[in-house]
Amino acid sequence: MAFIRVHQKNVKNVEEAIKVCPFNAIEFKDDQIEITSACKMCNICVKKMPDIYEFVEGKKGEINKNEWKGIAVYVDHVEGNIHPVTYELIGKAKKMAKKINQPVYCLFIGSNIKHKAKNLLHYGVDEIFVYDREELYDFRIEPYTAAFENFINKVKPTIVLVGGTTLGRSLAPRVAARFRTGLTADCTILDVKENTDLDQIRPAFGGNIMAHIHTPNHRPQFATVRYKIFDTPEKNKTKSGKITECKIDKDKLISRIKVLEVKKKEKVKSIEEADVIVVAGNGIKKEKDLEMINQLADKLGGMVASTRPLIEAGWTDARQQIGLSGRTVKPKLIITCGVSGSIQFVAGMNNSENIFAINDNPKAQIFDVANYGVVGDLYEIIPELIKKL
Amino acid sequence: MNITVCIKQVPGTSEVEIDETTGNLIREGIDTKMNPYDLYAIETAMKIKEKNSANINVISMGPPQANDVIKEAYMMGVNNGYLLTDKKFAGADVLATSYALSQGIKKINNFDLIICGKMTTDGDTAQVGPEIAEFLDIPHVANVKKIMDINSTSITVEMDMPETVEIQEVKLPCLITVEKDIYQPRLPSFKLKLATAKRKVKNISFNDLDDDNPENFGLDGSPTQVLDVFPPKSDRINEKWEGTGKELGERISNKLKKLKFV
Repeated sequence: MAFIRVHQKNVKNVEEAIKVCPFNAIEFKDDQIEITSACKMCNICVKKMPDIYEFVEGKKGEINKNEWKGIAVYVDHVEGNIHPVTYELIGKAKKMAKKINQPVYCLFIGSNIKHKAKNLLHYGVDEIFVYDREELYDFRIEPYTAAFENFINKVKPTIVLVGGTTLGRSLAPRVAARFRTGLTADCTILDVKENTDLDQIRPAFGGNIMAHIHTPNHRPQFATVRYKIFDTPEKNKTKSGKITECKIDKDKLISRIKVLEVKKKEKVKSIEEADVIVVAGNGIKKEKDLEMINQLADKLGGMVASTRPLIEAGWTDARQQIGLSGRTVKPKLIITCGVSGSIQFVAGMNNSENIFAINDNPKAQIFDVANYGVVGDLYEIIPELIKKL
Repeated sequence: MNITVCIKQVPGTSEVEIDETTGNLIREGIDTKMNPYDLYAIETAMKIKEKNSANINVISMGPPQANDVIKEAYMMGVNNGYLLTDKKFAGADVLATSYALSQGIKKINNFDLIICGKMTTDGDTAQVGPEIAEFLDIPHVANVKKIMDINSTSITVEMDMPETVEIQEVKLPCLITVEKDIYQPRLPSFKLKLATAKRKVKNISFNDLDDDNPENFGLDGSPTQVLDVFPPKSDRINEKWEGTGKELGERISNKLKKLKFV
């Protein structure tokens, strides 16, 4: 069994040896340093104090990674209209597949979608597997999981990428659990090693830390990625690759869920589509002051977004939230006003092309990612800016 | 009706950071709290209990200190609390966490409904709910924003999707993950605090579970491993401008014009 071994005799300063853990998972009990069940296996202790803490690998049988080939992308769609995150994932999959010389697959599940699969052939996918069945019209978890399972058993992809959409975040964990394999949510960087191990990087532990995660002895390796994290690949004029229709037993598509009604929501332009975004943060003192932010956005032909506290205060709508628990945006221009820049927020906007940040605290974290960090009072700067534009 | 709510103790407002120059970890405070999204899950269970007779359990996994969040759940009106705590559960990733919770849930009683919060503030993955449902072989609905109806055989909910709201009728037993704001969570009550002061939290250890293979738990049961942690990088133009409000407003305006946004 894998564990962290403590070399007690190398402990010179007990307090320091305990303090190395950011999660308080190291205790001193009965004259011994002990690792408690609060351990998150972040390996920080092993890295910082290698003479005391040693990571001992378990002696599990190694899986045969050669049995698993190809990178699969789940096609996220509503009634056949493909969500753009799908193309972004295909672009990433193609880059990685080239490195390990393996094919890129798409998995397309739904009803009356066959004819839409053709669009994907313009992006250099090698093979598209389509499950087109009436029972798959609405998204219900059991039939979708069954089709996904059928695909994995048939194709045995080494990596599966799923868009971090509402649907993807419900479906991917379900399928990953069925195969008892790993899934890393909301990756911001992905790469592949020659032995097909997937390097997954994401913000972790709720703090300002990035974690590099891998899935060394399980296949397939699942990862979800939010919309607008990766670039959209060029659309080829010519088509390539093939479409394969897949069969699945009717009894596998039985569901304990009945969809009674689907109500369309009023279509509002989402901040993800905006080229220019002005963000209102905690530095905004009163709801009324949002008027100034609206004015600035209007002048620039952009949209207004906000951070979590303003939504919690009820001043702005949840659909305007930027961050890991909100939307990920990648506009050409973003101006943050009174935003401190927590990693959760930054992860949702740091791929923007031009970042202006206005904050009166010169130490605010937002200045680490801003291209143009403007240190000053937004109540003085913004009215002046509006006047000058 | 038996309802089980999954809750988690998460770090308080403090954050773990890495000092970029020294590489040392900076710890600010060690306070903890209940994952705020779990309050909505508990409140949903309480609202159901008000209309139907129901027994509400909460279950959590963590070190013994996590008993605190279960005590807090008692103050909101929860009947029974269980804590999965064992060194063998340490180092669990999403899969091993979900599996251990599913084993613990089976141990408690015959459940009709399991409710989870949307996600946790420290893990931020929103994966544990769906994975528990898979291990229990029951349907799940994520992003539930409203409970329309519940009876002894099924629950009808509104699921919030980006472009639509779907009304789904799901056979019990099932698992739902609820959106923030489904109901306004009640505050812990002082009266209940006194009334439940002596109520125990039942601890569940590895030996209590049906699955006696330690390789399915904790670090060994975790397919994902953390290789390294590091501070986020930024390698772009990184200027800092200082001056009066007037100067800065003008400077931004000039830059925006130069970049052709105006």
